[in-house]
Amino acid sequence: MSLRNNLGPAFALVAFMFLIAAFALAFYWVPTDADQGFSQRIFYVHVPLALTAYACFAWGAWKALRLLWTNDNKYDLESYTAVHMGVIFGILVLVTGAIWARISWGVWWSWGERQLVLFLVLFLFYCAYFMLRNSVDAGPRQARMSAVYALFGVVLIPISFLAIRLSENFIHPVVFTRDGPQMAASMFFVFCLSTVGTIALATALYHVELSGKRLDLKLKQRRKSYS
Amino acid sequence: MTRAMAARQYVSDVAVLARKDARLELRSRDTVPAMLLFVVGALVVFHFAVPADLDEETERVVSFGLLWVALLFTAILGLTRAFVAEREQRLIDALVLAPCDRSAIWLAKTIAVVAFLLLAELIALPAFALFFVPVGGATIAAVLLANIGIAAVGTVLSAVSAASRTRELLLPLLLLPLAIPIIVGGIGASVTDEPAQFLAFLALYDAVFAIISWSTFEYVVTE
Repeated sequence: MSLRNNLGPAFALVAFMFLIAAFALAFYWVPTDADQGFSQRIFYVHVPLALTAYACFAWGAWKALRLLWTNDNKYDLESYTAVHMGVIFGILVLVTGAIWARISWGVWWSWGERQLVLFLVLFLFYCAYFMLRNSVDAGPRQARMSAVYALFGVVLIPISFLAIRLSENFIHPVVFTRDGPQMAASMFFVFCLSTVGTIALATALYHVELSGKRLDLKLKQRRKSYS
Repeated sequence: MTRAMAARQYVSDVAVLARKDARLELRSRDTVPAMLLFVVGALVVFHFAVPADLDEETERVVSFGLLWVALLFTAILGLTRAFVAEREQRLIDALVLAPCDRSAIWLAKTIAVVAFLLLAELIALPAFALFFVPVGGATIAAVLLANIGIAAVGTVLSAVSAASRTRELLLPLLLLPLAIPIIVGGIGASVTDEPAQFLAFLALYDAVFAIISWSTFEYVVTE
C-alpha cells in the first residue's frame, strides 16, 4: 500500500484529534460570549464548516481548471468529489446557521444574514451542477462541461457575495450583525483548531470517496473488457 | 498571418455566424414572436398577482421586481431555442469542424441573443410603462447591461443543455443561480436613488462572465 492510499486515514486521525480538542475547549475552556451567551459556541462549528465548504468549492474549481488545461480526465473525478464534499458541508452550514438564527433571533431563516443567503445561492448552483452531470452521458464531454460549470461557480461566489451586500440597500437594512467586540485570543485559538479539524475531516472524506469512485471506475472497465 | 489579419478574420467569422442566426430567425420566426408574447403575457399575469391597494412606493418597487423576473424568464425562453437549429440539423458539428475560432461561435450567438432580447424589450418596456409605472433612464441602462450578462452566460449554458439528455429542462436550472446577481443589479438600478453602483456592478458581472464564457465555450462544444 502506498502512502497515497494512507492519506485518508491519516487525515481522519488529524481531524479526530483536532475536533475533539476544539469541542472540549469550546465547551469547557473558552469564556461564554458576553453578548450572545452559550449559543455563541455554535460559532466554532458553523464558521469552520463554511470555510471548509469554500475550500472544497475552490479545490473543485482548481481541479476543473487543471482538467481543461491538460485535457486529462483523471481530474474529473477529483473535481466532482471536491464539489460533492462542498455541497455536503454547505448543507451543514445551512443547518447550523438555521439553528443559530433560531436561538439568536427566534427565526429559522433570516435574509439579513449574508453568509446564509450566499450558501443558499451556492447550494442551488451546485445542485444544478449535479443535475448537469446526471443528464449528460459519461465521458470526456461530461467531464469538460462539468468543469466549465464548476469554474463558473467559483466566479459566482464573490460576485454573489457582492450582490447580496448590494441588495441590502433596497431589500432591508441589516438588522443582525455579528460585529460584536473583537474575538478574544482563546476564542480565536479554538476557532483555528476547529477550522483545521474540519478541513482535515473534509480531506479525509474526500480521499475515501475518491478511492471508492476510482475503484468503481476500475471495476466498470474490467467488466467491460471481460464481457 | 499577421495579427491584424487574424483579428479581421475573427470579426468577419463572427459577422457571418451572427447573420446566419438573424436570417434563420427571419425565415422561421420562431423565437422572437414567442418571446414577445411571453413577456406581455407575464406582465398581465403579474398584474393579477399583485394586490391593487398598495401605496405608490411599494407598488413601484414590486412592479420593477416583476419586470425583472419577466425579463429573465423571457431571456430563458429565448435561450432554450438558441441551439435548437444547431442540434436538430447537426449544424453544431459542422461549425466545430469549420476552420474558425470556436469562441467566434459563442460571440456570434451572444450577439444574436442580445439582438433578440432587445427586440423583446422594445415591446416589454413600453408595455410595462403603460401597465405599471414609468421607466427611467437608469432602468433602460440596466436592461442593456443585463442583456449582455444573460446572453454571455446563457449562450454557454444553452450549448451545454442542448447536448444533454434533458435538453430544455436543464437550462433554467443552470442559469437561475447565475442570474441572481443580474436581478439584484437590475432591481437596484431601477428602484434606488443611486443607480450608479448597481450599473457598475452589472458592468462588472458582464465583464467577468463574458471573459470566462468566451474562454470556456470551446470546451463545451467539442466532442
